[in-house]
Amino acid sequence: MPTLHDKSSFTVVRRGAAVEIARLRKEYRSGQGCILALDDISLKVSPGEFVCIVGPSGCGKSTLLRILAGLDTQSSGAMRVEAPGWAVVNAMVFQESGLFPWMSVEANVGFGLMTRGVPHAQAKERVQAALALVGLTRFRAHYPHQLSGGMRQRCAIARAFVTDPGMLLMDEPFAALDAQNRTLLQAELLRIWEDTRKTVVYVTHSIEEALLLGDRTVLMTAQPGRIKKIIDVPFARPRDLLTLSASGEFGALKLEIWRLLEDEVNRARAEAQA
Amino acid sequence: MSGVKGMSGKTSDKMSDKTRERLLYLLSPIGLIAVWQILLMLGIGDRRFIPAPSDIAQRFVRLLASGELEWHVAVTLYRVLVGYVIGAVPAVAVGLLMAMFKPVRIFFDPLIAALFPIPKIALMPLLLLAFGLGDASKIALVAIAVFFPVVVNTYVGAANIDKIYWDVARNYGASPTVMFSRVVFFGALPTIFAGLRIALAVSFIVLVASEFVATKSGIGYLIWNSWELLQVDVMFVGIVTIGVLGLITSVLFAEIERKTIPWKTE
Repeated sequence: MPTLHDKSSFTVVRRGAAVEIARLRKEYRSGQGCILALDDISLKVSPGEFVCIVGPSGCGKSTLLRILAGLDTQSSGAMRVEAPGWAVVNAMVFQESGLFPWMSVEANVGFGLMTRGVPHAQAKERVQAALALVGLTRFRAHYPHQLSGGMRQRCAIARAFVTDPGMLLMDEPFAALDAQNRTLLQAELLRIWEDTRKTVVYVTHSIEEALLLGDRTVLMTAQPGRIKKIIDVPFARPRDLLTLSASGEFGALKLEIWRLLEDEVNRARAEAQA
Repeated sequence: MSGVKGMSGKTSDKMSDKTRERLLYLLSPIGLIAVWQILLMLGIGDRRFIPAPSDIAQRFVRLLASGELEWHVAVTLYRVLVGYVIGAVPAVAVGLLMAMFKPVRIFFDPLIAALFPIPKIALMPLLLLAFGLGDASKIALVAIAVFFPVVVNTYVGAANIDKIYWDVARNYGASPTVMFSRVVFFGALPTIFAGLRIALAVSFIVLVASEFVATKSGIGYLIWNSWELLQVDVMFVGIVTIGVLGLITSVLFAEIERKTIPWKTE
């Protein structure tokens, strides 16, 4: 089994997981009746692809991610994740980091190795490598409440990467951070991802973030969540995020998508007020 | 006036603030004792029934010197400690299992709802029948009294763990054992400690009451026996001793809690 510190495993030889979602539908049973959260979602994600899912709040994008993570099940439709050669299919990075407050940084990062019975010495080595990767080596004995928001998310990212999953699922991981920290962490995420080429499904409400990070952007409609449009992001990699976000091309694409999404946001607002 | 001088003036003000607070903290108990002593010295109140603090102190020293007080304290602490552990350990386990598995919850819920409100001291005759007149019946009573607040607090604490921790544990491949020992237990720990703290007070309350009958040792016996002999000063020594024991154990407990939950923000 390749390990995280083994640089050879980061090459494109071992590509990330492939995802195929067909006509996926999710209903929630609530007090009076059913709420349709996701409707007719069909999506293919290629190995090693970075896909961003964008949509207004309540469009079911987090639900879709939870179904991909195996934390929820669809009402109907099919979903297939193929991750041949990967010991761990997916690892999720949650919005509020979800670090266990009672564990040190080190124990948090090693959690997914401990649960899977990775021998202690090997786990320790991999955790050290992951901590170095996100620049938290000095803080390995700290508890989460002693870290800043940005450091907590770095820790959560290390916890996901250390298990060496075929696919990373990220649920608005940087939404709670200030703008500077967000830009920094976005760049770091891209750097780590470009080394490993794992498949990434990244949920965000920010069009800008989706265009900066992703290969493709999936636009979703307000409730019930449907796919409105899938946009290929044309920017070359490796990307310099600051230069890219200041470019005219970037602005034009952003505006185009914003127009597409505007109706959805307005519709969601109207429904919320009704 | 220089800025430095102003600063130092401010800090010294703060220091005296703290000292003043500490003095105020001591003022009410010292004041109470002083008023009590003065009233009795002035001849207000009957000293045979309400001994002065000085009388109690003298009796306290005499009981200590004879070793009698130490013996009663040792017996009481032994019963509290053993009963507390016997009651608290299964209570934590049951509480966690209730939070994790619905059938366990459904099984225990009615039992707890029915038995929790029963004043535990009402079980004493029953326990005397079952366990005899020795230490066992007192220990059993403490264990039962401790069980309920701890099991309820553990369950509530474990059931209210932030949902995200369950999601993280599941997504990162936690088995039920890992879930139990690394996630649910630690997540509930602050609430468990709140339950253990209540249980500590409860254990002293029921034990001293139980020692009023069918025993020849313990602080409860000391209090009750002195009432029968009309040695009111001895009675007060017993009452004060319980208070002091409660204070000491509670301080120790807070220290253990601080060491056990280093992630709890101050």
